[in-house]
Amino acid sequence: MIAVVDYGAGNLTSVVNALKHLGARFRISAEAAELMAANKVIIPGVGEARQAMEFLASKSLIEPLKEFAAAGKPLLGICLGCHLLMEHSEERDTALLGLIPGRVRLFPNGEAFKVPQIGWNPVRHSGAGLFKGVPQNCSFYFANSYYIPPADSENNYPWAAGISEHSVPFAAAVNQGRIWGAQFHPEKSGKDGLRLLRNFIELED
Amino acid sequence: MLQKRLIICLDVRDGRTTKGVKFQGNVDIGDPVAMAAEYYAQGVDELVFYDITASAEKRGIMIETVKAVARTVFIPFCVGGGIRSLADMNAVMLAGADKISVNSAAVRQPDIISDGACHYGSQCIVLGMDVKSDPAMPSGYGVVIDGGRVNTGLDMLAWAREAVDRGAGEIVLNSIDADGTQNGYELRATRLLGDAVSVPVVASGGAGVPEHIPQVFQKGRAEAALVASMVHSGRYTVADIKEAMAKAGIGVRGC
Repeated sequence: MIAVVDYGAGNLTSVVNALKHLGARFRISAEAAELMAANKVIIPGVGEARQAMEFLASKSLIEPLKEFAAAGKPLLGICLGCHLLMEHSEERDTALLGLIPGRVRLFPNGEAFKVPQIGWNPVRHSGAGLFKGVPQNCSFYFANSYYIPPADSENNYPWAAGISEHSVPFAAAVNQGRIWGAQFHPEKSGKDGLRLLRNFIELED
Repeated sequence: MLQKRLIICLDVRDGRTTKGVKFQGNVDIGDPVAMAAEYYAQGVDELVFYDITASAEKRGIMIETVKAVARTVFIPFCVGGGIRSLADMNAVMLAGADKISVNSAAVRQPDIISDGACHYGSQCIVLGMDVKSDPAMPSGYGVVIDGGRVNTGLDMLAWAREAVDRGAGEIVLNSIDADGTQNGYELRATRLLGDAVSVPVVASGGAGVPEHIPQVFQKGRAEAALVASMVHSGRYTVADIKEAMAKAGIGVRGC
């Protein structure tokens, strides 16, 4: 059973439609006990980082989500849900769940690059885990103004599982252990997005 | 690098697609859901549905259409037409739309943009803007509403900038002069707007042949191009248009 965290995210309906299409067993919930009882958790996400964290705090979900991840159970964050896995966001200076040691920043607003980034962007990835069977440089649908830098001045971060560019390189996907995050919307990225979700559904419990 | 998007627009009245639809093959051309499924299979990047239902009592039909589309296609889609309040927006978003487009209602009541952006984020709020060439305007283009019947007295760039300041995350620029001509997009207006705002501009109105689409990316300044009758008529497919884009060296989603 997959628990989909219900925190008022704008894409909850779309994620649910994709899970139904794939025949997944899931439950939509904002109850800590139900999340902890699930085999896997999906944190959807369209919205704003601080509001999302305040909602999780108001439902006492922050510690349970951390425990869930620490127990090594599969967790997938989508778009804002992916940001929430990190340590900190520039979006209203917000402390996040801190499951993966990275930060979330605002895209530079340059001449040639529009912000928000809206549209399909090719992703370089390892081909492993959730990207199993997904073609290299295949495009996914993004809609975001904030991004996760995939590297510092010297090294790529080991958790940057997919990389793409929008004026700067950014982490299109993150992965550490069984924690996964997709900056894009797999539920809106056609057959390749559905493949990625199916890979998550089929991960061993 | 972000790829340029091809968007197909469907006009829906009382739950049925209308206007220039002569789709070939075994697709029910009156059914917006069947058409959406067909275009999704063809590899379109995004869809837009405009509700042109005239009577208020039939508006609920559109919500059912949106729900059915959301269960059928797994690409982003936008819904516009007749959205006048946050409650209207909420109904469409809950039904599964990814974006909401506001046009005449936003001119009459600009707060709808700010309220929508505040609730759903800028990436969900699309400003639809119909423009007509008007030498009296500073940019040379004036904003018209109610299907082009009413001049607002607003300059295209002034209104676009205000809408972006209020939180619009995307602008669909529809040229009333070019719309229906099939002679190509209004390239000058598209370039002016693309250079003036920080958010993506979607070109609309005038596409007749696949070559018009690469043209608006090269000579206009659009992030996406919207087409309707050229595909609804069955004259061209998504593949025909994407091939023209690729041939012109434009980054396009293939797989």
